[in-house]
Amino acid sequence: MDHSVLETAADWLGEKRQVALATVIETWGSAPQPIGSQLVIDGDGNFMGSVSGGCVEGAVITDALDVMKTGEPRILDFGVADETAWKVGLACGGKIRVYVEPLL
Amino acid sequence: MKAEILNAILNARKNRLSVAVFTELSSGLQHIVARADADEALDKRFRFDQSGIEKSEAGESFVAIHNPPLRLVIIGAVHIAQSIIPMAQAANYDVTVIDPRGAFATGARFPGVTLIEDWPQDVLPKLGLDARTGFVALTHDPKIDDPALDLALRSEVFYIGALGSKKTQASRMERLKASGFDEAALARIHGPIGLKIGAVGAPEIAISIMAEMTQSLRLGG
Repeated sequence: MDHSVLETAADWLGEKRQVALATVIETWGSAPQPIGSQLVIDGDGNFMGSVSGGCVEGAVITDALDVMKTGEPRILDFGVADETAWKVGLACGGKIRVYVEPLL
Repeated sequence: MKAEILNAILNARKNRLSVAVFTELSSGLQHIVARADADEALDKRFRFDQSGIEKSEAGESFVAIHNPPLRLVIIGAVHIAQSIIPMAQAANYDVTVIDPRGAFATGARFPGVTLIEDWPQDVLPKLGLDARTGFVALTHDPKIDDPALDLALRSEVFYIGALGSKKTQASRMERLKASGFDEAALARIHGPIGLKIGAVGAPEIAISIMAEMTQSLRLGG
């Protein structure tokens, strides 16, 4: 667990920013970041931490902005079996599942 | 995640306590479980730093393990300590070395660690020995090691190791028994220290100690 990500989340929340948290909840194969890895995102798309070492962060941030709007958590799947994920670049051959939730 | 859950995680970290956060994936509902309240399966997750999915009739939950950083307390700024330190740091331990003897406890011999030139019984209560701390006593000197072992035995440290031959170990156990510890308490002390791998010289003894400490961390006991 990367605690500096959670500390950043608390700081941003204290600044009244909109904040979402993305967490790797499952991995298969050669996933670049272990289960529990986290990314914190604010309403302007600023982010800190990592869920994939850069491969899918862009897509996760887009979904995170949406999650902040709706207030509903969602699960994202990335992997070689997923054409979209392949396009966003999880080319390492791994698969990951990411839970994106708003901080309230 | 609610701010109160986030703050509870950060507070646990500040107080060096292990907690797990359960997230019900269908509803997003979350709750926190302290390590003290963990069942066997969850305790294993704590020991292995293993976050992951748990399936039940209610559906899938994600269990996030939040363990505080590992810490190693070494009593004795001695030769073997110099070999243990880089291995412990590579395994992500924050290392603190305590020795009241100024000639041993010099920054030149121990760069990059917290080095405290003082008696263990004066330092350890302030430092706080907890369940994410490993403890080794390496001086062979009863007047330094014994009070430190006394405090380690009264704490929740996950590993207690004491350097010394079988003979040294036997007389140490007699002294600690005389000061009121029973067999079960004394069984927590690993001594002679380290796994039996035929270690020759300080670096290999350090390997055997790190191996034994890792075994206690991950498998318990």
